[in-house]
Amino acid sequence: MSGPFVIDAKEMYYRELNQIVRDKVKEGVTHFRLLNVNGQRYIGAGITRDVKIEVYGVAGQDLGVFMNGPTIEVFGNAQDCVGNTMEGKKIVVHGLAGDVCGYGMRGGKLHILGDVGYRVGIHMKTYKDMVPVIVVGGKAGDFFGEYMAGGILILLNLWDNGSRPAVGDYVATGMHGGTIYIRGEVNPYLMGKEVGQVEITSEDELLLKGLVEDYCRDFAQHGLDPEVILRSQFTKLVPVSLRPYGKVYAY
Amino acid sequence: MSGYRETSGCGLSGIISRKRELIPGEEIIRSIVHLEERGNQLGAGFAGYGIYPQFPDCYALHIMYDGPYVREDTEEYLKSRFIVEHFEGIPTRKVPSIVDRPIFYRYFVVPMELPGEEVSPDDYVMATVMRINEGIDGAFVVSSGKNMGAFKGVGGSAEIAEFFRIDEYAAHQWIAHTRFPTNTPGWWGGAHPFTLLDWAVVHNGEISSYGTNKRYLEMFGYKCTLMTDTEVVAYLVDLIVRRHRLPLKLAADVLATPFWKDIDRMEDGKRDLFTALRMVYGSALLNGPFAILVAWNGGMMGLNDRIKLRPLVAAVHGDRVYMASEESAIRSVCPQPDRVWAPKAGDPVIVPFDDAKDAWEVRGCQALL
Repeated sequence: MSGPFVIDAKEMYYRELNQIVRDKVKEGVTHFRLLNVNGQRYIGAGITRDVKIEVYGVAGQDLGVFMNGPTIEVFGNAQDCVGNTMEGKKIVVHGLAGDVCGYGMRGGKLHILGDVGYRVGIHMKTYKDMVPVIVVGGKAGDFFGEYMAGGILILLNLWDNGSRPAVGDYVATGMHGGTIYIRGEVNPYLMGKEVGQVEITSEDELLLKGLVEDYCRDFAQHGLDPEVILRSQFTKLVPVSLRPYGKVYAY
Repeated sequence: MSGYRETSGCGLSGIISRKRELIPGEEIIRSIVHLEERGNQLGAGFAGYGIYPQFPDCYALHIMYDGPYVREDTEEYLKSRFIVEHFEGIPTRKVPSIVDRPIFYRYFVVPMELPGEEVSPDDYVMATVMRINEGIDGAFVVSSGKNMGAFKGVGGSAEIAEFFRIDEYAAHQWIAHTRFPTNTPGWWGGAHPFTLLDWAVVHNGEISSYGTNKRYLEMFGYKCTLMTDTEVVAYLVDLIVRRHRLPLKLAADVLATPFWKDIDRMEDGKRDLFTALRMVYGSALLNGPFAILVAWNGGMMGLNDRIKLRPLVAAVHGDRVYMASEESAIRSVCPQPDRVWAPKAGDPVIVPFDDAKDAWEVRGCQALL
């Protein structure tokens, strides 16, 4: 194909927009450019082919929900529930993202340049070789990694202006699987009861290197240097129990 | 409208010009209609401030009637208590989807004679509102502030805007709502905004503490008659700020009070203050998920519940401040704001008008600016 399939989404209802994308995917189009997007929901929902979708504007709720295959790149901010129950491939957001990013995410990668809202990574999970990864460049709100069951959650706090801590309160409350890496120190007061801090090992360093390098490649125009980022101290959080509420609910 | 709709929760939007420039109604319509996906056509509404400059000192009573007889009864009652400077039917348009509609009138009034020095004109109007809502079957006061008005009903936001001709008004600030009623009936009085005097509140979420809040308010003469949880928010703000003269910021700290574990960590004086707030106003705490916009003649406030169970986004562009359920609703009227952010849960975003010093002082907020 010569270039991307361009859709002007201005004032377009989300159902119409998503129908066009789905139809064109069936016809074999592999590269989309959606212009003037402003809050349209469910972009990329359920698509299982390896296509590229560029979104210019503000992506609406549930961007990439259930998808397994596409790469979505948002040139702007994204609203709530980015990557909800997503299975595979990647979402890159060149801006802020709202609450509940990566809700129940089970595979693929979510790269966000700026801040994210509350409950990011809630109940993301790992199954066999499917390990979802979320990397956030800015700060996060409360309940980061809440009920996390698997996967990798990385918070970089790259744009720190000292206004508030990198992460909000109740970090990883109810966490029972997966790993959280937060650049810098985390006040233990902010941590949920179900999570503990452990030493970074050389395996962690290797893992972080690969993931942060990939993240920096996606945001090349911001001149992010993975070596500089990785030189910082990271806080590693893991669950203290695989069944934090086992004693509460099981008899 | 029939057919399947996603369960989504309500949508809200607010726009304020801090310099009191006039914002055309068309702008708030565009913003709230953008969020129509969050509503289900069972309620929408608007409140505009500065829309009645010809009667700046009169209380503007917007009243909804089930029929002509109750209107006569209510007007008789009003005339016994107020000098009515002017009254008229609220202009409406025919909208095909709106078939079963009440009658709307507005009255620009001043209290006739106050019963005593201890009763302020605001108290007098509040008592009138409660009396009408509770005691006159089929009449409800939709709004009762000076130089402001609320317009609301059953329908989608575009239909309600068309019905009330919102495009023909211009205001210094607007708040708007599109409704997805969950626990309570979708009726004309149950649409948002909920108001008292110049307070107007739009809300996304549900107030689980409604029963507690309602019983608490009853002790102070507030009658909850509109069958919807949000009603208590307007009355709580009126009680705490206007009558108890607490700063609006502290009222927010009552509605979305910090958790005890956070109060325990505060420095001495502050800890005492917040402990006292929780002790005195425990029954005014709003439990449950919420994002609200509170407007009054001095400005606007946005507030989330303490753990951010409903969305709220804010943006600034020049002298305009925008708050809405979704960023796209802001960008639909302001494509390139200077700054966009998601307010921290439980932390109010308070936006006074630049010249609102007096109104601000009345609300006791100046010390906290």
